Amino acid sequence: MNSATEGEDAVRAALAALAPRIGSAARNISGLKRLSGGATQEIWRFDLDTTEGCRPLILRRARGGSRSSVTGVGLDVEAQLIAAARATGVSAPEVLHVLAPEDGLGSGFIMEFVAGETLGARIVKEPTLAGARETLAYSCGQILARIHAMDASRFPTLVRQTPNDLIGQWHAAYRRDIIRRPVFDLAFRDLSANCPPAPKNARLVHGDFRNGNLMIGPDGVRAVLDWELAHIGDPMEDLGWLCVNSWRFGRIEKPVGGFGEYADLYSGYEAAGGSPVNRATAKWWETFGTLRWGVMCTGSLAAFRGADPSVERAMIARRTSETEIDLLRLMAN
Amino acid sequence: MQDQPHPDEILAAIAAFLRDTVMVKTDPHTAFQARVAANAVDLVRRQLELGAPGEDAELERLQALLGHSGTLTALTAELADALASGACGLATPGMSAHLLASALEKLRVDQPNYSGYRAALATFDTKDA
Repeated sequence: MNSATEGEDAVRAALAALAPRIGSAARNISGLKRLSGGATQEIWRFDLDTTEGCRPLILRRARGGSRSSVTGVGLDVEAQLIAAARATGVSAPEVLHVLAPEDGLGSGFIMEFVAGETLGARIVKEPTLAGARETLAYSCGQILARIHAMDASRFPTLVRQTPNDLIGQWHAAYRRDIIRRPVFDLAFRDLSANCPPAPKNARLVHGDFRNGNLMIGPDGVRAVLDWELAHIGDPMEDLGWLCVNSWRFGRIEKPVGGFGEYADLYSGYEAAGGSPVNRATAKWWETFGTLRWGVMCTGSLAAFRGADPSVERAMIARRTSETEIDLLRLMAN
Repeated sequence: MQDQPHPDEILAAIAAFLRDTVMVKTDPHTAFQARVAANAVDLVRRQLELGAPGEDAELERLQALLGHSGTLTALTAELADALASGACGLATPGMSAHLLASALEKLRVDQPNYSGYRAALATFDTKDA
C-alpha cells in the first residue's frame, strides 16, 4: 500500500507541474484516481482545473519509459494512431499531450475522458443501450472501413503480418504450452489448408477491435480504445475478431459482439467504402481469432506459474476449453 | 475420519463471503478480483465434486481411434500429431464425437454456463461423456 501511495503522490505532483502545458488556462489538477492497470501499464483519471472549470482527463502511462508490452506498438505510437483515427472521423478520445522524458511520468499520453460503458457483459444487455444495439453492428462496420482507409505509411514501425505469418507465430506460441490439444492441431491444419493469400492491398488493422474495447453510450460508439495491437495486414482480420464467440458475452445468437448480425456489419463496412466482404474469408478470420484467443489463454498457464501468479491469470488459463468447443462448432459448419 | 463441514461446504462459504461481503465493501478494482476469486472457488468445488469421471471413457475412445493402449497424455499427444499431419481428421469415424465429448468434459468443470457449451449440449444432445 505504501509504494502505491507514493506512486500516487508522485503522479499527482508531476501532473500538477504539467497542468499549464495540458491546457493554457490550467493551474492544477484534482481528483486523481487510478482506474486499472498491471505491473507496467497504468490508467489514471483526474480533473484539470482551469479558469472555466474542471476538465476530466485520462493518463495512460508505462513506468520508466518502457514500452507498453513486448508485442504492443508502444504508447507513443498508440497516441499517434488515436489522433490519426480521430482525424478521419473515427470516434476516439482527443489526445492532449504526449509525455516527454522531462515530464517525469514515463512514456504515455494524456487524453480526454470519454464517458460510457466498456464492459461487454453490460453492453449486450443494459436496457438503456437497447437502442444503440440496434445499429451497433452497422456502425462497427463503418468505423472499421474508416480505420482501414487510414494512411498506413504514416506508421512505419507497425509490424506487417500476412495470414500465413500469423498462423506460424500462433502455432509456435501454442507449442510452447505443455498441454497438447488435438482440437488446436486440427484447427491449425484446417486454417493452413484454407489460408487466404497475403493481401494485395494490406491495410492498417486495429488488431483488437471487439466488444470490451469500445466505449458505448445510448448514442452508439463514443470511442475506439486499445490500439496497442495495431499492425499492417488483411483488413478482414478485424471483422473476424469482432465476431469471436468469447466477445459475445453469452449472446451466442448475436454473432457480432453479442449485439448484432453479420449482414449489418458487412453492409456498414461496404457502405463506408470498405472492400466487398468475402464471407468465407471473414469466417476464416473468425475461426483464426477463436484459435488465437485460445492460444492466448494457454499462455496464461506459464504466466501464472511465473511472473503473474494471480487468480485472474489462473482463471484465464481455464478459459482455454471455451475456444475448443467454439472451434469444433466453427469447423463443423 | 475427518470432522465436518465437508470441503465443498467450506468452499461454498468462502465464495459467498467473497461475493456478499468483500465485493460489497471494497473498491471497484478489488471487487472485480474478488468476483474472479469467487468464480475460481466455484470451479475448484466443481472439480472436487465431479472428479474426472470422463477420463476412463476418454482413454477408451483414444485407444479405439489409435488402435493401441497408452496413457491419456501420450495418446492425446499422438492424436494431436495425427491431426496436425492430416493422417486423420473430422471425417475419421469417431473423431468428431471424441473431440466434442472431451471438450464438453472440461467445460463441465471450467465454465458450465458458457454459451458455446450450452449450445453444444442442446445441438448435439450429448449425455455425460
